Amino acid sequence: MMSTQALKMATPEPVPVRSTAVMPALAATGIHKRYGDHEVLSGVSLAAASGDVISIIGSSGSGKSTFLRCLNFLEQPDAGDIVVSGESIRMHRGKDGKMYVSDARQLRRIRTRLAMVFQHFNLWSHMTVLQNVMEAPRHVLGVARKEAEEWAAHCLDKVGLNARTRQAYPAHLSGGQQQRVAIARALAMRPDVLLFDEPTSALDPELVGEVLKVMQQLAAEGRTMVVVTHEMGFARSVSSQVMFLHRGKVEESGSGEKLFANPQSDRLRQFLSSNLK
Amino acid sequence: MDMLFEYWKVYLYTDGGKMTGLAMTLWLLVLSLAIGFMAAVPLAVARASSNRWLATPVRLYTYLFRGTPLYVQLLLIYSGVYGLATVRDIDVLNQFFRNGFNCTILAFALNTCAYTTEIFAGAIASTAYGEVEAARAYGMSRWKLYLRVILPSALRRALPNYGNEVILMLHATSVAFVATVPDLLKVARDVNAATYRSFEAFGLAAALYLVISLAVVHLFKKAEYKWLAFLRPTEKT
Repeated sequence: MMSTQALKMATPEPVPVRSTAVMPALAATGIHKRYGDHEVLSGVSLAAASGDVISIIGSSGSGKSTFLRCLNFLEQPDAGDIVVSGESIRMHRGKDGKMYVSDARQLRRIRTRLAMVFQHFNLWSHMTVLQNVMEAPRHVLGVARKEAEEWAAHCLDKVGLNARTRQAYPAHLSGGQQQRVAIARALAMRPDVLLFDEPTSALDPELVGEVLKVMQQLAAEGRTMVVVTHEMGFARSVSSQVMFLHRGKVEESGSGEKLFANPQSDRLRQFLSSNLK
Repeated sequence: MDMLFEYWKVYLYTDGGKMTGLAMTLWLLVLSLAIGFMAAVPLAVARASSNRWLATPVRLYTYLFRGTPLYVQLLLIYSGVYGLATVRDIDVLNQFFRNGFNCTILAFALNTCAYTTEIFAGAIASTAYGEVEAARAYGMSRWKLYLRVILPSALRRALPNYGNEVILMLHATSVAFVATVPDLLKVARDVNAATYRSFEAFGLAAALYLVISLAVVHLFKKAEYKWLAFLRPTEKT
């Protein structure tokens, strides 16, 4: 594990190429999730090829965040299958009828391939910006300090944070800066897929732009991204695929242009008319 | 003045043979705090755990030791426990409990550990859940999660309350005379008995306690400045 990581760190930053590879970077099939009597997800599937940008839209309560959180098992799905770069996350059904992860170590390894950006940033508040970005590469992947620091600085450059902010603590930054740190923290893992959970929803309107710009740039580089968002402009122009969730089901999905210009279902038409100005 | 001249050594560090006075008080303080701290960290994790089988015994312990005066605890451990025939019959226990210093350290460490556990457990429980979630999402094991995220953050946030506990513990060491340990107050009592000059005898002890308190406050202020920078409001960068 350590040696392959060291090898990876030695090679220049991998730039994934948009391709129609047979093996998707991330595939989720038939994800179900219920809280008590309430079924939040009733069989949602997704397949992201390398370089895909998939936006998930839908009104609140449609299950879109829950679905994203099932992908890296922050929520345990009740049924379904998740495959990351060809590796299926092993689960089994316990005596109580609930699903459990069979191999915690495998899950932790796969989680390092799926870097998440949260709505509320969730930066580690007692660490400086630089420490936040270095933390997981150093202490989860086992990258040497010097390498991790250089790489973290590179990732912070990429999201447009200058050297002065690196020694600051998250609480001393604006929301937009904090979310860009969070994106740098995700990039520092060199993940297969970036997961974004409403990354601009907690930001003041004037700060949304700087975060979207960084995300656009990442999409243009050909990174694989799954984005839960309320930003219809972003979903329409940047995504290779848009999924519209309604009551825990994929109501409609397709290219951004197709979905926004020509919605098929009443639900999506309603949703768009209340969400597009 | 002549009193000061005669007794300064015993007030500060020695009566010629044993360690006494201020030095003994500090030694009691540092030793009991060190033991208490080391035990309190894992106990606080257990106390803040959602597992009842871990949390309840710790809760019972902190309830017992915070619910009775330290003075009584020391009496129980020094006189009470040694009064038990079974303790005197077992050589190791006999050796341990017949020594007043050992009993004092045991009582002090158990006492401060109970308070420290509650302080740390409170800080652990108030860790932002999003930070825990981020650690999990980035592949941290439970062990790493505690070592890298929860404990470093919680211990820092606990610093002001812990500083308070250190001051209280410093003052609490003055009950060590119960177990015949020659701490600062014991020396003051002895000097008072020898000279009948109560104001000077106890006043000197009070002044010395005050000096250590000031030093402790100052130390924690410095530590807070360094470790709590992340909570300090400053200008946006």
